[in-house]
Amino acid sequence: MMSSSVRSFQLLIAIIMLVVAFVASIVLGQTSIPLGTAFDAFTNYDANSIDHIILTTTRLSRALTAMFVGAGLAVAGALMQAMTRNPLASPGIFGVNAGALFAIVLCSTLFSIASLQDYIWIAFAGAGFAGVLVYGLGTIGRDGVTPVKIVLAGAAITALFVSFTQGLLVINQDGLDSILFWLAGSVAGRSLELVRPVLPFLFIALVASLFLGRHINILVSGEDVAKGLGQRTILIRLLMGLLVVGLAGSAVAIAGNIAFVGLIVPHIARALFGTDHRWLLPGCMLLGATLLLLADIAARFLIMPQEVPIGVMTALLGTPFFIYLARQTAVAQS
Amino acid sequence: MDKLLTLRTSVVSIQLNSVTLKMLGTLLIGTLAIALMSLSAGSQWLNPIEVVKELLLSEPGQHAFVIETLRLPRVVTGFLVGGALAVSGLILQSLVRNPLASPDIIGITSGASAAAVFFLSYLAETVSALWLPFAAILGAALTSLIIYLLAWRQGVTPLRLILIGIGLVAGLGAMTTFMIVLSPIATSMMAYVWLTGSIYGSDWQDVTALLPWLLVLLPLSLMLSRTINVQELGDPVTVGLGVQVQRTRFVLLAISVALAGSAVAYAGAIGFVGLIAPHIARQLVPRSFGSLAPASLLIGGCLVVVADTIGRTAFLPLDVPAGVFVSAVGAPFFIYLLYRQHR
Repeated sequence: MMSSSVRSFQLLIAIIMLVVAFVASIVLGQTSIPLGTAFDAFTNYDANSIDHIILTTTRLSRALTAMFVGAGLAVAGALMQAMTRNPLASPGIFGVNAGALFAIVLCSTLFSIASLQDYIWIAFAGAGFAGVLVYGLGTIGRDGVTPVKIVLAGAAITALFVSFTQGLLVINQDGLDSILFWLAGSVAGRSLELVRPVLPFLFIALVASLFLGRHINILVSGEDVAKGLGQRTILIRLLMGLLVVGLAGSAVAIAGNIAFVGLIVPHIARALFGTDHRWLLPGCMLLGATLLLLADIAARFLIMPQEVPIGVMTALLGTPFFIYLARQTAVAQS
Repeated sequence: MDKLLTLRTSVVSIQLNSVTLKMLGTLLIGTLAIALMSLSAGSQWLNPIEVVKELLLSEPGQHAFVIETLRLPRVVTGFLVGGALAVSGLILQSLVRNPLASPDIIGITSGASAAAVFFLSYLAETVSALWLPFAAILGAALTSLIIYLLAWRQGVTPLRLILIGIGLVAGLGAMTTFMIVLSPIATSMMAYVWLTGSIYGSDWQDVTALLPWLLVLLPLSLMLSRTINVQELGDPVTVGLGVQVQRTRFVLLAISVALAGSAVAYAGAIGFVGLIAPHIARQLVPRSFGSLAPASLLIGGCLVVVADTIGRTAFLPLDVPAGVFVSAVGAPFFIYLLYRQHR
């Protein structure tokens, strides 16, 4: 067992890494800004300095968005993996992202809704619907929830929602250009005012998940054990489900379809912090935020002067990882 | 004992009983009826009798343009594409002995899509569009090779094949989106419509380009039907019966990939046809490849033609890609299969 002082030290390092990534995300880009100027922009704002304007308008909101979305998706993934005891579980694989996306595209096509506040609720509805659907489908049959069955159900539901989304976009071609970058996942071009209504949701859900850590530890030791210890497992599962929908739904509402963060980060965090969810969940938060910040920085530099959509970056990073996990799972199954 | 129709030469060996023949006949008539309905339906409803007259008479009548230039090539392309995907799925399902396998689930279609979008975005201006199918087939082949290699771990298990396929689908999808985002909006719209799976705007050129592939690949797969039937019994039995398992498996996979690739090249990624059609066929005719292949071909073709007809008539004047409707039927069906397999 790792002592808590070791873990505290690890968390501290993770926090430092996050701060470094955050600062890097603010100063690096097409126009790199010296650190001193960046510091000035916050302490001694000069409305005439272009650097200061770039910093406070685009860079800061972008970094904050990436940070919260990364943390939210990572924790959502960790909760899902604990809930289903399935190493392949994550919002992207289970169709939650696709469901939220479809809901948003549907509503923006049919009712021409464009404000982000409305998007959030729609995304929640879509995410919740898809999540419940996949979880329900994964549990049918005599052998209960098996990792493979739920992944396959997720793949089918994702295919269905993606196809419907594509159909809607083809019908409504004018909307495509504005929505395409977002389909690919992006944290750019979201001003702070736009993002602000979503951040409280994410923040509350993140904090709430921290309080669940102890209960989740009991839950993952098995349904019978948890019940024997007096845990109301259904209540805990319900809470976890709500948090997953809240975290994944609001992440999709702000940043679109960012895949694989929810899958990779919990695995890395488990390797570093162990399986105790009281440490694992904050670890996921920090690592998820750092990963997405770094991916976003890389996305700016890979094909200058254009940008790689960040969802594409994470997918390219995540695919090999998923395949590695899939090989392990399939071996364990057979 | 049923009366059997046996077709046996040095290369082909197919046995069809009378029930199968009747069923195939029914399917054929059904296909023709569906094709006729599809030719009549549209923004302008034509009397089916007039359509038949138009088709049979040699001199062009008043609807010649609508029927022969607009609708007929679309119906024929739809049928060919559906048929190719269905047979491709049938071969895959027999090959991995798993009813969930189909070109789109295990990623072959995504590979073809990614290659084709690459072609549309970067090469369409310099290279003739005739090379598009080659690009799609090449993409499909490369992807299946990668899937096969990654799934290999002292042999390939169907489960690993499917899981790895799902992972690759996500990665390839991201690459495709990436190319679409970076290309100019006109190209990206084209690529996007194409991705959804649509036979909108098919002309006779498409038909003549697609047909040769099927004319070569389908008989080839029928020639191998004997070994496919045996392979379903498992590797040891197959080897014992004197079949060179690895070699035929490779050839079959190649046929399946080429069929899927050429279909995707002309119609985009129409999902789930390769999954559903063989299953329906299995309900209707006996489980031998010789009878399943023609039945799957007809059913797959009908599926796409019906989906396309609904797509272009249900939301007039909009033209909804056929792929949307096939998925709407296909995804629930997939889940049903999943449920049955694990019961």
